[in-house]
Amino acid sequence: MNNQRSLFFNVDWFIILTYLTLCIIGWFNIHAAVYDPENPSIIDLDTNYGKQLIFIISAVIIGFVILLLEGKFFNAFSPIFYGITLLLLVLVLVIGRNVGGNQAWIPIGSFRLQPSEFAKFATCLLLARYLSSGTVKVQDIRTQVIAAFIILIPTALILLQPDAGSALTFSSLILVLYREGLSGYFLVIEGLSILLFVLTVLYNKYLVIVGVMLLAGLLIYLYRKNRNMITVIGVGLVFSVVFVFSVDFAYNSILKPHQKNRIDVILGKVNDPRGIGYNLNQSKIAIGSGGLWGKGYLQGTQTKYNFVPEQSTDFIFCTVGEEWGFAGCFVVIGLYLFLLLRIVIIAERQRSSFSRIYGYGVASILFFHFFINIGMTIGLIPVIGIPLPFLSYGGSSLWSFTILLFILLKLDSNRMGII
Amino acid sequence: MNSFFARKFVVQGIFIAIAIILLMRLFYIQVVSDEYMLSAENNVIRRLPVYPARGVILDRKERILVQNEPVYDLMVIPREVKPFDTLEFCKLIGIDKVRFDRQFKKARNYSPYKASIFEKQLSVQIYASFQERLSDFPGFFVQNRTVRRYPDSIGAHFVGYIGEVNQKAIEKSGGFYNLGDYIGITGVEKSYEDLLRGQRGVQNLMVDALNRPKGHYADGKYDTVAVSGEHMVSSLDKELQKLGEKLMKNKIGSIVAIEPSSGEILSFVSSPGYDPNLMVGRQRGNNYMALLNDTYKPMFVRPIQAEYPPGSIFKVVNALVAQQYGMINEKTMFFCPGGYRYGRRGWMGCTHVHGSIDLRGSIRESCNTYYGYTYARMIDQAGMRPVNAYKRWRNSVSAFGIGSPLGIDLPGERKGLLPTDELYTKRFRNDKWGSSYTISLSIGQGELGITPLQMANVMAIVANRGFFYKPHLIKAIGDEKVVKEEYTVKNSAGINSKYFDVVIQGMSEVVNQGWGTAYYSKIDNIEMCGKTGTVQNPHGKDHSVFVAFAPRNNPKIAIAVVVENAGFGATWSAPIASLMVEKYLTDSISRPKAYMDRLLEANLLPGIPKPKVPKKGATPDSAKGKNQVQKPATPTTTTR
Repeated sequence: MNNQRSLFFNVDWFIILTYLTLCIIGWFNIHAAVYDPENPSIIDLDTNYGKQLIFIISAVIIGFVILLLEGKFFNAFSPIFYGITLLLLVLVLVIGRNVGGNQAWIPIGSFRLQPSEFAKFATCLLLARYLSSGTVKVQDIRTQVIAAFIILIPTALILLQPDAGSALTFSSLILVLYREGLSGYFLVIEGLSILLFVLTVLYNKYLVIVGVMLLAGLLIYLYRKNRNMITVIGVGLVFSVVFVFSVDFAYNSILKPHQKNRIDVILGKVNDPRGIGYNLNQSKIAIGSGGLWGKGYLQGTQTKYNFVPEQSTDFIFCTVGEEWGFAGCFVVIGLYLFLLLRIVIIAERQRSSFSRIYGYGVASILFFHFFINIGMTIGLIPVIGIPLPFLSYGGSSLWSFTILLFILLKLDSNRMGII
Repeated sequence: MNSFFARKFVVQGIFIAIAIILLMRLFYIQVVSDEYMLSAENNVIRRLPVYPARGVILDRKERILVQNEPVYDLMVIPREVKPFDTLEFCKLIGIDKVRFDRQFKKARNYSPYKASIFEKQLSVQIYASFQERLSDFPGFFVQNRTVRRYPDSIGAHFVGYIGEVNQKAIEKSGGFYNLGDYIGITGVEKSYEDLLRGQRGVQNLMVDALNRPKGHYADGKYDTVAVSGEHMVSSLDKELQKLGEKLMKNKIGSIVAIEPSSGEILSFVSSPGYDPNLMVGRQRGNNYMALLNDTYKPMFVRPIQAEYPPGSIFKVVNALVAQQYGMINEKTMFFCPGGYRYGRRGWMGCTHVHGSIDLRGSIRESCNTYYGYTYARMIDQAGMRPVNAYKRWRNSVSAFGIGSPLGIDLPGERKGLLPTDELYTKRFRNDKWGSSYTISLSIGQGELGITPLQMANVMAIVANRGFFYKPHLIKAIGDEKVVKEEYTVKNSAGINSKYFDVVIQGMSEVVNQGWGTAYYSKIDNIEMCGKTGTVQNPHGKDHSVFVAFAPRNNPKIAIAVVVENAGFGATWSAPIASLMVEKYLTDSISRPKAYMDRLLEANLLPGIPKPKVPKKGATPDSAKGKNQVQKPATPTTTTR
């Protein structure tokens, strides 16, 4: 009894309320997205919003079951979770069902399980366990390599499905490593790599190399009295040139045409609103037509009449944008930002480094989904098929995000008990 | 590890920065730019025109001349088509496989999602049998549309026809017409297009991504209904028109009948004609080309476009003008030795030696000599230079509506020809010419061109004793029965009414006295006043002309009949006119059947290669000129 009481008071209710709010917003928008004006019933378990209601209820139950578990359980069992997940990821390649070109689902009865979703929290847990073990220092190359393996094994298995979107999610864990002491150069290098990538795809590679060389020359001139700096710049230059060539090679020879097309459309290389750019164009039209206050609940013409494909899953934000306008988008983005900042605060108040590292993992993964998903619907980044946490339709993703979040809440509620 | 505590600010900073970038981008596409708003409307809203019914055209007794009939356009949405029995389908709608493939390809190239016309204007029969099987052919459906239908197949030149609007007209209309719309191209359909077409409505339908309609935008708040075109009451008498077209069968020429007291045109026959229904339906294009290539030019609107020298009927005009000038009066006598001598050697022959003849007799017996003298007086003895006298004469003649368009409510009216004095001065290289230079004008020959409509109008002037209303075909527009103002104005011919008595007496004797030129066409119990004319035709047989009005007192009908290449006016035109007049005034024909049959069976088409047109009632190959050689029953006027 005492334990229950303390649990009730120790749980972070801000996060739970934000979580529930996002789930409910998601449910209403899924209803709007599949709403058929000729057949307007709100509860019908055969429809997406009917199923999503079951998913939400079961997710909440799962969440509270997690809160009732013993906190140490997660740390102790993290290698087992990780192992099971890897097993499932291998299994899905063998017996999985192929949907839309991705072999990502294991059918269980009428229901499909997506192991890549569960790989997210399993990887976070194992990463947290490894980095929190006493002898490990992130600055060590050995640590970095092992951490990279923990992240890259599930990533590689997911890439085999091939589900590039989910695989990319794991790249966000670099934020965790950064917080734990990874050199800031890695972030800068990651940023520069993205910039060079975009420029190489957009423009002639030789032009980019000439630009990089000019920049390097300028920097060397500025730092001409600092030998170390000149070395760093020189090495950076060599790597940049190699990178540009490999991007060019990868882009032209390795990427599949549809992936190439997505990148081309987002970068404005091709303008083809009826073909490959259709999703993106319709998505922008739907959101853009929402205006300041939106068209009102169930009044969105673009989403209601199926102009936007996959609108209840990856493009659910279109419905928000069209029916609730900029005001609605502001609220949703505000809720996410609040959630993310709150998770960082919670992570930082943990005494155990396992909990803190796990907290950063949760924040990184949620942040990545939030940024990529909304960014793609408004044409800021290429169309990458990953769900918007708590809003998108789908059981696997909702449950995995719930588990991800509620494990953190459980760890947080125990923070006083661990010295 | 807490040594890196400060890095939480970097992480939080990244989160905040990304959220702000997303919000800024959202603010731009949602609030600042309206490009997406417009695209969204274009995505969803389809503006569908609602076509109004075109105005119906009635005859003067409000019997239907032109009506609308539903036809069925077969539409297809290529994407929704599922495999089906093509052969059976082709058989049902009466096309072959080649055409099927072509049409289907055309539709798919237009759009796989949008409906396009697969086959235009299915007949009711085809529609009925197709509709039963419609469920066997997914992706196809039938759309209603109305086309014109002419139940009696008459009045083709009067009603004209409609056709798909061309690019030029679309541009000129400032967006009123769209591709595929119908527009009046000739006849009343063209001249009253603005009123007949009605007001198009619009439906704002919302469609989904596959272009399937999903109901009205804003519950139809912005939809407008179509307003039907005004109906037109024409001045035509359907029964009279029918008779006229029947009588003119196998003849080239015109009949124009006018109600003198209003200018309303009672009958408007142009022969050869065609069935107006040929200009409707799937075979329209073929029919049109065949009509266009027909040697007898059935598309030519003869009553307003054919110009003839009027011949002897022009004597009526000269008789009236000369009286108005005081050059002659009812007692003026001239001596006819069988011709008129003019200039030094000129000789204008006359049909007979009339001896001493007065004005009345000159009309009755169509004495050329009399008008030679009369014209010479008007030009040479007017107390002014002949050139100026000619100018005065020309003005007087043009007041009869000759030499300029009368302003009928049909497109394409010709003005005819009434030469100016400058023309003659130029031709004779000085202005010292006198009557002898232009003596042909005295008897309606030479450089004169008058349309049948103008001839009928002259008769209306005589019937009214000095004035006319502009001849017109539409007497009332819409429910309010509006009459165009220009058709209610009385136009004076500039002749004092007292001068008409003697002319009318002469015209009455033409028909009603044994020695009149058109006694053969006398109608029992009706005093018809007329004038025959035989127009010299340098290209072949003379044209037969007759003008008349009846009854003498309180005239109800003025008529002009021209039959080309038919010879004397009294032989063909006068009997036709007399039947028309009798039919109109008594609604029956009292003449023996043989009288009528002679006219109906006559084939006066000149011998030119037989046309290959499904021409209305035409039997062009039936013995060319079988009945052509007929002895005139009565003495006939000639001009020389």
